[in-house]
Amino acid sequence: MSKITGNEIIHQYLRHNKKFPHVLCAGCGHGIVLGTLIRSIHSLGIPKDDVVVVAGIGCSGRLAVYVDFNTVHTTHGRALSFATGIKISNPKLNVIALMGDGDALSIGGNHLIHAARRNIGVTALILNNNIYGMTGGQSSPATPEGSTTMTNPYGQLDSSFDTVELARGAGANYVARGTVFHVNRLEKIMTEAIGRPGFSLVEAITPCHTQFGRKNKYKSPVDMYNWLKSTAVPLERYNEMPEDKRRDRMPIGVFVDRDRPGFEERYYAMQQNFLKQAAKGGK
Amino acid sequence: MPRRKKRTEIFALGNEAVVEGALLAGCTFYGGYPITPSSEIMEIMASRLPKLENGVFIQMEDEIASMGAVIGASLSGRKAMTATSGPGFSLMQENLGYAVMAETPMVLVNVMRGGPSTGLPTSPAQGDVQQARWGTHGDHPIIVLSASNVQECLDMTITAFNMAEKYRTPVILLLDEVTSHTREKIEIPNEGEFEVFSRTVPSMPPEWYKPYEETVRGVPPMPPIGSGYRFHVTGLTHDRNGFPTQRPEEVVELMDRIHRKIDQFFYDIQLVDEIMTDDCEVCVIAYGSVARSAELAVQQARGNGVKAGLLKLKTLFPYPRRHTEKILAHARTLVVPEMNMGQMSREVKRVNMGHASVRTINRVDGQIVTPSEILKVIMQG
Repeated sequence: MSKITGNEIIHQYLRHNKKFPHVLCAGCGHGIVLGTLIRSIHSLGIPKDDVVVVAGIGCSGRLAVYVDFNTVHTTHGRALSFATGIKISNPKLNVIALMGDGDALSIGGNHLIHAARRNIGVTALILNNNIYGMTGGQSSPATPEGSTTMTNPYGQLDSSFDTVELARGAGANYVARGTVFHVNRLEKIMTEAIGRPGFSLVEAITPCHTQFGRKNKYKSPVDMYNWLKSTAVPLERYNEMPEDKRRDRMPIGVFVDRDRPGFEERYYAMQQNFLKQAAKGGK
Repeated sequence: MPRRKKRTEIFALGNEAVVEGALLAGCTFYGGYPITPSSEIMEIMASRLPKLENGVFIQMEDEIASMGAVIGASLSGRKAMTATSGPGFSLMQENLGYAVMAETPMVLVNVMRGGPSTGLPTSPAQGDVQQARWGTHGDHPIIVLSASNVQECLDMTITAFNMAEKYRTPVILLLDEVTSHTREKIEIPNEGEFEVFSRTVPSMPPEWYKPYEETVRGVPPMPPIGSGYRFHVTGLTHDRNGFPTQRPEEVVELMDRIHRKIDQFFYDIQLVDEIMTDDCEVCVIAYGSVARSAELAVQQARGNGVKAGLLKLKTLFPYPRRHTEKILAHARTLVVPEMNMGQMSREVKRVNMGHASVRTINRVDGQIVTPSEILKVIMQG
């Protein structure tokens, strides 16, 4: 039997006869993230019917249209709240909340910290391209300090949000960061994240050349991928680096890996107790 | 003939009756955020639902998240609800529009309090009537119900769930503080004494299923997520397959259908109580706790020899036009008392079109409208 290629796997999961061509720009990293997501689900052997992709708004939000799972395209920033309702209603489902950086960290920031605190069994996949892409390139909470966007033509004054630290502080079970340049590593952490109980978060750094790079120092998509290549360092190596070398470097890898039961598990355990008590009392 | 089983009688708060009604209607999901004067609904749900087989209660981080969770639960096949008050209702509006667009059944109870803004917490008001109708963005139909006593809180909650499921739409139950914080004896109906409607699920094989296809009633069947019917749900204007579209003919088809599925069933949706309206010359049109004051005023007016009547609105929107028009054939005056600056009298005037004189009674001071106030206006004719 011939070896199944990555493409053949992906073709099984796309709604190929429905909504193509897609909306993404040439050079966008979002398709790569979607590819890793599909391969992760495939390698875990999860049936399509058991996967729910709950997406927010923006370029990343549109990805849900293309994949042949149960897909819900929600309101801006609210993907995690919809995902929470779905997961607690039917814990057998693998619920993946697919969000952009503005989506998850700005308008959806409250939902993100509370989903992590609650440790609801949802995999949050944040596609961080440091910008609001679909609305035309305005600054997001992840836009690096000093960079130029449509809404800060004189340079971003706010500092950039550290998603990993936020999720760690809020109590997520599993927190990891990867980039679309380091595809195999990203696929590995995505697979781990989906397999973990409780709330897991994967931040995938994916370049927006059209809205971010063009206005900053990255003239082409290739420049942006080279930036990812030179900026991202594995966490193990980053930890050994001297302080001055760490500046302008971005650690990638697994930051938090805990094994606490998810909210849904704790809830249904409580309910089982009540039902047992009631059964005893009734006899 | 078998003897009818005696109904259980309880002494209940309006908010408690809402919970009883919801559970009788088959509600298995509550997601919410506490706010007075609606909090008891959430508190009682928190103690009841976890003890039921398959009941889920979750306290969310805010009202926006509550609506998201409720929609998620409904998509998963559950009968789901939330409850709130004015400021929380405002936060829920964005996702309320989503529920309309994605045709997600759910019940939203809003126990109104005085506003605008944080306004008069826990004082009676009816200030969210037009917010219930037009609070979310865009053109959309909506079903808004009301209750004027504790028994009706129970009955109308069941009705709200039934309508939500029947028409695949969010239904708003608008209560006011007086009704939801009154304690009265109510009867809990026995199983079989009331209708319980659940959404139609598709019977065709998954590959034939089109999630937003036209049907006779205009309401497409809706499978729970994860049951083998894989489709796309979106707040974007979508085609029959659920995928985003901007083609004018597809946009119009969707908008027409979500309006028509409500419009063509006005007779089923528009509920009123008609009290002495057959021959009335002065007709009071009221809803919520004000309708109780109005009922007493109408009785007293009859005692004084005035042919008065009461049209009690149990459905606020779509506005019960045909019931009002029937009265306009003989009434020379319509009296509309409400605890706001005139949110429902606008509807009455719209339907009246100059036939009768419309007199309004408006209170926005956090006090109830009394029978004597209404009687005074009735007696002025």
